Amino acid sequence: MPPPAVELKDVSKYFGKVIALNNVTFDLRKGEVHCLLGDNGAGKSTLIKILSGVHVPDSGEILLEGRVVHFGSPKETLDRGIATVYQDLALVPLMSVARNFFLGREPLKRWGPFTQFDLDYANATAYRELNGMGIQLRDAEQPVGTLSGGERQCLAIARAIHFGAKVLILDEPTSALGVHQASVVLKLIAQARARGIGVIFISHNVHHAYAVGDRFTILKRGRSIGTYPKGGITRNELLNLMAGGKELVDLEKELAALGPASAA
Amino acid sequence: MRRPPNIIIPSIQRDRGRMSVGTHDERVRSVSVLSRLLGRPELGAAAGALLVVVFFALVAGGSGLFSAKGIVNFLEVSAQLGILAAAVSMLMIAGEFDLSIGSMIGFAGILIAIPTIAWGWPIWVSILLAFAVSMLVGYLNGLIVVKTGLPSFIVTLGSLFMLRGLTLGITRVITGRTQASGIHEYSAHDWIAPIFAGQVFQGPIRWLAEMGWIDKRPSDGLPIIQGIPVSILWWIGLTIVFTWILMRTRFGNWIFASGGDANAARNVGVPVARTKIILFMMTAASAALFATIQVLVTGSADTLRGNLKEFEAIIAVVIGGTLLTGGYGSAVGAMLGAFIFGFVQMGIFYTGIDTDWFKLFMGAMMVIAVLFNSYVRNHAMKSR
Repeated sequence: MPPPAVELKDVSKYFGKVIALNNVTFDLRKGEVHCLLGDNGAGKSTLIKILSGVHVPDSGEILLEGRVVHFGSPKETLDRGIATVYQDLALVPLMSVARNFFLGREPLKRWGPFTQFDLDYANATAYRELNGMGIQLRDAEQPVGTLSGGERQCLAIARAIHFGAKVLILDEPTSALGVHQASVVLKLIAQARARGIGVIFISHNVHHAYAVGDRFTILKRGRSIGTYPKGGITRNELLNLMAGGKELVDLEKELAALGPASAA
Repeated sequence: MRRPPNIIIPSIQRDRGRMSVGTHDERVRSVSVLSRLLGRPELGAAAGALLVVVFFALVAGGSGLFSAKGIVNFLEVSAQLGILAAAVSMLMIAGEFDLSIGSMIGFAGILIAIPTIAWGWPIWVSILLAFAVSMLVGYLNGLIVVKTGLPSFIVTLGSLFMLRGLTLGITRVITGRTQASGIHEYSAHDWIAPIFAGQVFQGPIRWLAEMGWIDKRPSDGLPIIQGIPVSILWWIGLTIVFTWILMRTRFGNWIFASGGDANAARNVGVPVARTKIILFMMTAASAALFATIQVLVTGSADTLRGNLKEFEAIIAVVIGGTLLTGGYGSAVGAMLGAFIFGFVQMGIFYTGIDTDWFKLFMGAMMVIAVLFNSYVRNHAMKSR
């Protein structure tokens, strides 16, 4: 069996007195969607920041295709094929889809003694790539501001795939979306998996995660409380593990005691 | 607020046929020429330019405003402001202001005059010095803005005052006065003068006069204008180059991104700080160019030159459709804004209306232009 695309071994991270991550082990294979679930403050953000090179772990190892690596900067991890799509998406609303698609990596062509931005290529390529991933665009020159939230998310993911991401880290890609829009993004994630890309899908929405995930790792208060394959756990079990089933039962009781609406 | 609030397309329209696979999207309707035009930032300024031309043609048609001399007069005013506005438009698209250019003009003018008159430098060396020092100040403006994160409005407001004070102080210490004249003496036979203060197309103008299209002077029979002031070529040339940079180069993409969302731009690897610093150096260079042209045309330098030019340039740029918050705009729009500015100023002069009213008009024009531009922009973003 080939080594995982990326692997964390006993990684810990402290911020002053706070233990943000405590001996977390995590691995991602090529062509799988590994969901990282947890409530706020569970350590999801710290984990992806370590994977994307923003933070350096205080202990533990990062392995890339079986070899120990040290990420110095987000730029370096990007160069190694690990792309992170943050919630702000790094898109400029007033600029066109194509200009955003190639922002920072503009294709150039010679024009006499000058070098200019090859806009025809950018427009055609952005349109073709997005269409190829099932994202229907009216026109690659329309401003990103006219796109819906789901379309923007897809654009940011498609951009990362186009520029050669082998590992894709998606930070809550569906959290602000409606049902239909979220389904479009989930389909795109499935497509990325079909291309052999490893996807780390961070979410606190178990329904979205369960729909597309192959394995699930649940973080709680900085610790991993286990990794489960899809066949080994049901959606409800996952929900209980994540939110803490006991907490929910307690909450239900508490709410019931509060008002007459619960009588219904 | 970076994005106009009501540009979200109704969801029914947006979602129809979402996942259908095909090469043609049935939601693409053929976009009319008018709709395409509405998407351009210059539209408001173009309409405004047309409006003022028609207005003054009606009220001042026979006053000489539209004679060859009148046209050259207002174009020269427009050109000088337009040189500033072209550079300012790029900086404003990148989301920053440069208020220091007003006193930079007086500063650069003195940097040309003093070494030439007091120290006997060749004038081209003095001009080189003026450009170099101005761009250094521009670099410092930019560096302070990107390093401290302070608003450029405040940083350059500081340099506006500091440069004016510095210029007055230095000039008084060295010359005992606050202005320097008689520069024609030094520039008249210098090779560099025609580049900044010459007249071009003298041949075609003479030919047009022979054909009777341009009036001749009764005294000697020569055309009433010698040629076209070269500053007009600088204006048009810079606008073309800057438009190319904005629309067709990688740097242009970075300018829009730096102003549209600097954080997003940084996250995808755009060197936002470098982009902004270069643009501050370009606005400084445009002020030095303005000063060079004025010094060589008038033959004098004055420490108070350029007063309020920083705001006039912003007015021209804003009339031209550039968003104050950055990320959207054009150099052609700035050109039209500068045209309106020069045309109305000279138009009011030719009409015989007291020129006191000019500023009232331009201020109102700017507010109307901003309202119109934001209306059109919202409409255009929706209709696409």
